[in-house]
Amino acid sequence: MKKHDNFITYGIVIAAYVIFQVLSATGHLSSHMKGLLVPMTYYAVIAVALNLCVGILGELSIGHCGFMCIGAFTSAFFSKLTENTLPAAPRFVIAFIIGVAFAALFGFLIGIPVLRLKGDYLAIVTLAFGEIIKNVINAFYIGVDSNGFHFSMKNSMELGMEKDGNLIVNGAMGITGTPHDSNFTVAIVVLLIALFVVQNLVKSRDGRAIMAVRDNYIAAEATGINVTGYKMMAFVISAAIAGAAGVLFSHNITTLTASSQYFGYNASIMILVYVVLGGIGNIRGSVIAACVLYLLPELLRGLNTYRMLIYSIVLIVMMIVNWSPKVIEWRKRVFGGRKAQNAT
Amino acid sequence: MKKYSEMLTTAVASVMALAMLAGCGETAATNSGSGADTNATAATEASAPADGAVFKIGAIGPLTGGAAAYGNAVCNAAELAVTEINANGGINGYQVEYSKEDDELNAEKSVNAYNTLKDWGMQMLVGSTTSACSIAVSEYTKADNMFQLTPSGSAEDCVKYDNVFRVCFSDPNQGIASAQYISDHNLATKVGIIYDSSDVYSNGIYQKFVEESEGKNYEIVSAEAFTQDNNTDFSVQLQKAKDAGADLVFLPIYYKDASLILTQANTMGYKPTFFGVDGLDGILTVDNFDASLAEGVMLLTPFAADAKDDLTVKFVTAYQDKYGEIPNQFAADAYDAVYIIKQAIEAKNLTPDMSTSDLCEAIKGAMTEIEAAGLTSSKMTWDASGEPNKEPKAVVIKDGAYVSAQ
Repeated sequence: MKKHDNFITYGIVIAAYVIFQVLSATGHLSSHMKGLLVPMTYYAVIAVALNLCVGILGELSIGHCGFMCIGAFTSAFFSKLTENTLPAAPRFVIAFIIGVAFAALFGFLIGIPVLRLKGDYLAIVTLAFGEIIKNVINAFYIGVDSNGFHFSMKNSMELGMEKDGNLIVNGAMGITGTPHDSNFTVAIVVLLIALFVVQNLVKSRDGRAIMAVRDNYIAAEATGINVTGYKMMAFVISAAIAGAAGVLFSHNITTLTASSQYFGYNASIMILVYVVLGGIGNIRGSVIAACVLYLLPELLRGLNTYRMLIYSIVLIVMMIVNWSPKVIEWRKRVFGGRKAQNAT
Repeated sequence: MKKYSEMLTTAVASVMALAMLAGCGETAATNSGSGADTNATAATEASAPADGAVFKIGAIGPLTGGAAAYGNAVCNAAELAVTEINANGGINGYQVEYSKEDDELNAEKSVNAYNTLKDWGMQMLVGSTTSACSIAVSEYTKADNMFQLTPSGSAEDCVKYDNVFRVCFSDPNQGIASAQYISDHNLATKVGIIYDSSDVYSNGIYQKFVEESEGKNYEIVSAEAFTQDNNTDFSVQLQKAKDAGADLVFLPIYYKDASLILTQANTMGYKPTFFGVDGLDGILTVDNFDASLAEGVMLLTPFAADAKDDLTVKFVTAYQDKYGEIPNQFAADAYDAVYIIKQAIEAKNLTPDMSTSDLCEAIKGAMTEIEAAGLTSSKMTWDASGEPNKEPKAVVIKDGAYVSAQ
C-alpha cells in the first residue's frame, strides 16, 4: 500500500509534466504560464526539503532559504566563472553538484550547534542563520583576472584587478549574467530525484529511526538510536535539496541578489506555509500546495491589487478546510459516504 | 480516518490544481480583456483607424510593497503620456493601448509580468522600473527581440543588449558627472563621502566617483559607509569628515537618509557644502525636516518638479490632477520614455501590423538618429550602446526651491 502511494506521487508529477509539454508543443500554453513552470517546480523542491525537516524530523526551521541562497550563489559563481570555457551541459551538472554540496556542507556546519536545541530555540537560530548568510554574501566582492582570484569585503576598487579582470560577485549587486541553463525538464527531474530520496528515506530503517526521534525523543534514545546522528542526517539531506532548488533558481533568472524578497525570512516562511497547508509530513501535499500557492497570485494578475487580498483569504480558507476539527467532521458527514463509495 | 482525510485533501487539491490548469488556458484571453478595459477610455477618446490596429505599450514596476512609490510613478506617468498621445491623434494616426503589471520589486515576478504583457500583445516595453528587474527582463526581451526602454533602470548591465535603451543616467555616469562638475566649478579642495554600502545605486555612484576623482583638483579625505540597518545615527561619519577638514560632503544616497545627515550636521555645527545626485530629489518634502537646513545643497538631477518651463508645468499639473501627488523623477523619466518611443516610431513611419521583431529592429535604428526633447533634458541622443547623452542639470536649493546652479 505504502509503495503504491509513492508511485501515485511520481505519477502526478510525470502526468503534470506530460500535460504541460503537450500543451506547450501544441501552442496552447501562454508565455506567462510557460515562464511560471520552472519557478513553480523549484518551490515544490524546496517545499519537499522543508517538509523533510519539519514534518519527518519534527524540527521547525525558518531559515531554509539560507540554504537555497548558498546553493544559488555557489553554483552561479561556478557557472559564471566557466561560462566561456565549458560547454553548457557538463557545466550545469558540475554547478549542480557544487551547489548541492555547499548547501549540504553548511547544513552540516549549522547542524552541529543548532541540533542541540529544540523547538522554538532551533527555529530562532535557523532564522538568524538565514539572515547571516544573506548579509555576509551582500558584503562579498570577488573578482578574477590573469593573476587569480581577488577578494574584498569593502568595495570593488579594493580588489585591484587587472584590465582583463572579471568581477563576479559585486557586493549588494550580487551576480549578474548567470547563463540561463534551467528548464522545465531539468526542474522536473530534480523534483523527481528529491521525491525519490525523501520518500525512500522515510520508508527505510533510517527514516523510521528519524520519526522515532520526532515522536518520542527519550524512548528513541533509550532504544539505542543515535539521536544526534539521525537528526543530522535528515537536516543535511534537507539542506542539500534546498541547495538544489537554489541552483535551479539562480540559473533561471540572470540577476541574483541576496536580498530579502528571495532569501529573507519572509521567503522562508512562505515555504513553511506551503508545507503546513500541504500537510506536515505529507510530501505529496507539499508539492501540490507549493504549485497551487505559487500559481495563484500569478493567475490572479487580472485583478490587480485585489489579488493580494484574495491570496490571503485563500490561505485562511485552505487552513480551515484542511485542519479545523469541526470542518473535518462536517466534511466527513456530508461527503463521507459518497466519497468512500467512489473510492472502492 | 487518517487515510481518508489524506485522500480527501488530495482530491480537493487536485480539483484545485485542475481548476488552475483549466484557468490557465484562458489567461491570455482574460488578460487582453482586462487590458482593453483599462484602456477603453483612452481608446475611445479619438476615432481609431478603420483597420482597428493599435500600438501596444506595456510598463512594469513595483506597484505594491516598499518600492511602490517608484513603480506607481512610472506606470502612472506612462499612462498619462499614452492618454495625451491618444487624445492628440495617436502615433502615426494609430491609437496606443497601454497595460501595466506589478513585479513587487522581485526579478522573478518581473519576468512573469513581462510574459503576461507579452500574452496581451505588447510590442514595446517601458520598464522595468528598477535595475535588477530590468536586467532580468532584458534577457527575455533579447530572446524575443522586443524593444525595451527602461525609464529608470540605472545599473550598468541594464542596457547590456542592443535592444535595450534607457532614459535616466546610469549610476556610473552620475558618479563621473558629479566628479567633473565639482572639479570644473572648483567647488572644493577636500571631499568627504557618506554612502550606503547596502544599496546598489549608492555603491555604483560611489565607486565611479572615486575612480573619476583620480587626478582631479580635489582630494577625497574620507569615505564612510552606512547600511539600511544602521541609518539613524550619522554622527560618526560626519565627525570623520569634519576632522579630515572636508569642505564638501558628497552624498550619493536617497533623500530620506540625507535629511537626517543634514539635521545632524547642523546640530554639531558642521557646515560644508553638501552635494548630491538625483536620489536627493524630494528632500524638501520630507516630514518634520526643517527645509531651511537644505539651503545651499547642490544636486545633479534631470528633473525638478517646480521648474518653470512650459513642459514641466503642464506635466506636473496634469499628473497632480489625475493622481493627486507631485510627480518625481521616476515619473518624468517614464513620461519621456513614451514620447521617445512615439518619436522613434514616427521617424521610421512604422505601423502596428509589423511584427514585434521588425518593430524592434526599426526602432533600434531610429533611436540612434533621433534627438528627443523632454522633461528630463531638452536634448537627448543615444548611441547604439543604449546610454543616453544628455547634459546633467545641477540645481541648488535656494529659499526652499530648486534653482539652476551656475
